Amino acid sequence: MIELKLSSIKDSRPREYIIRFVFGGVCTVLAGLVAKKYGPGVGGLFLAFPAIFPAGASLIESHEKKRKAKIGYDGTTRGRLAASVESSGTSIGCLALVGFALVVWLGVPHANAFTVMVAAAAVWLLLAATLWAAYRHRIFHRSTPDS
Amino acid sequence: MSDLVLRFLIGGMVVSLFALISDVLRPRSFAGIFGAAPSIALATLGLTIVKEGPQYASIEARSMVLGAIGFLVYAICVCRLLARSSTAALVATVGLLPVWAAVSFSLWFLLVRSSS
Repeated sequence: MIELKLSSIKDSRPREYIIRFVFGGVCTVLAGLVAKKYGPGVGGLFLAFPAIFPAGASLIESHEKKRKAKIGYDGTTRGRLAASVESSGTSIGCLALVGFALVVWLGVPHANAFTVMVAAAAVWLLLAATLWAAYRHRIFHRSTPDS
Repeated sequence: MSDLVLRFLIGGMVVSLFALISDVLRPRSFAGIFGAAPSIALATLGLTIVKEGPQYASIEARSMVLGAIGFLVYAICVCRLLARSSTAALVATVGLLPVWAAVSFSLWFLLVRSSS
């Protein structure tokens, strides 16, 4: 079951949000500069650069470690495994990202750009959620804890 | 210059938004899909379409398909490494970035450059 855990916002410090903002901004600028210098063929590769992923995975690891440390345990392994589980979800998101790019590639020259972008984002979300549900079903049958 | 500043601000905001969504969602495997959200693409493709036209954006999106396959291979490698070794998450995610570059550029050379 998918849940919203708003209390986890408090786990992140303002510095961590600033790091993500700056990293996201820098990656976006770099993608544009690469496209300008080497053309859209090479620049397009960087539209799927893992911009948010390394910072996210390491933050999850450190939050899990802190949570375990509060109750007197060493959460090193727990933190690493939490990051691994998150990475498995990210690989599902990557498959959906292929769908997003296909919609933009084939749709933008023929239809209204705004409509295509909205459709591509919807395809990404729908594909990611469907693939995740299938993955979850498989995991459930192996009785592996996942949260 | 103003274009770069605009890209920086939009990129920062979109990436932060997806990071925030990922933070509050559970279970973790579902939150993880937002690690591969089309954040940079959503931030830049709109500007690209306005400035360079839809054909240019379409070429970028074609390469993005290959970049996303590179990201997929990279994410699987990170997942396996973290599950089977004692490597820290930051070391694994940053250390394996060359996997993304190798797969993405190899596919681009094989499928796009060699055919043009």
